[in-house]
Amino acid sequence: MSVSPLRISDALLRRIQAHGVETFPHECCGAMLGRDSETSREVIELLPLANRRDDSPRNRFEVTPSDVQMAEKKAREMRVDVIGWYHSHPNAPARPSEFDREHAWPWYSYVIVSVEASGPRDTKSWRLRDDRSAYDPEVIESVAQSASI
Amino acid sequence: MAVKVIIPTPLRPYAGKQESVEMEAGNVREALAGLTTRFGELKKHLYSDDGRLRSFVNVYVNDEDIRYLEKEETQLRDGDIVSIVPSIAGGARK
Repeated sequence: MSVSPLRISDALLRRIQAHGVETFPHECCGAMLGRDSETSREVIELLPLANRRDDSPRNRFEVTPSDVQMAEKKAREMRVDVIGWYHSHPNAPARPSEFDREHAWPWYSYVIVSVEASGPRDTKSWRLRDDRSAYDPEVIESVAQSASI
Repeated sequence: MAVKVIIPTPLRPYAGKQESVEMEAGNVREALAGLTTRFGELKKHLYSDDGRLRSFVNVYVNDEDIRYLEKEETQLRDGDIVSIVPSIAGGARK
């Protein structure tokens, strides 16, 4: 499956990585707000969120439905959409786990940042296939500056 | 009962890009069945292989989570709004 690149500024990518460093060794999570069209998808803003998995934050994250609705409300106010979610993998690769796949929604971009004690490592983006069998990698395309709202 | 089903953003590509669908349904089970009959590709994203609603699929009737009502047997009335709201979950290891 071929998907359009995820366009995101270096500044926003660094903010995702910084969030993962801040919460290490726990997983961080947040919403990515932006615009999607047939040919492109661009992140305009981030909304860091609380990881609601208090019971297992080192290897699990959860955004509750009320937090999803809050993110969607924020997106509407900014006249954009929630186009995806980011989270970190402490001491684990920036690729989706089987748990990630089982709980994923189609269409969204999923950015994962691998974080170690020494700092952030890989940052990659993924899209769930229509048949839910696997993820396809999504190219992260650096843009000089996110488009103004 | 004439109800409206709100479709979350990630499922709209599989529902003719519609934000909502109006239909006749007596309870939540019938509403979701009507939705997946009309848009077959939605079924695998809403239900696991054992036929249960996936844990990260949350359904509300008006503002009430059906888990605190009668779940999929929750009765519907004319004008009710059935909303499908995602939870987002994942994690590093199986």
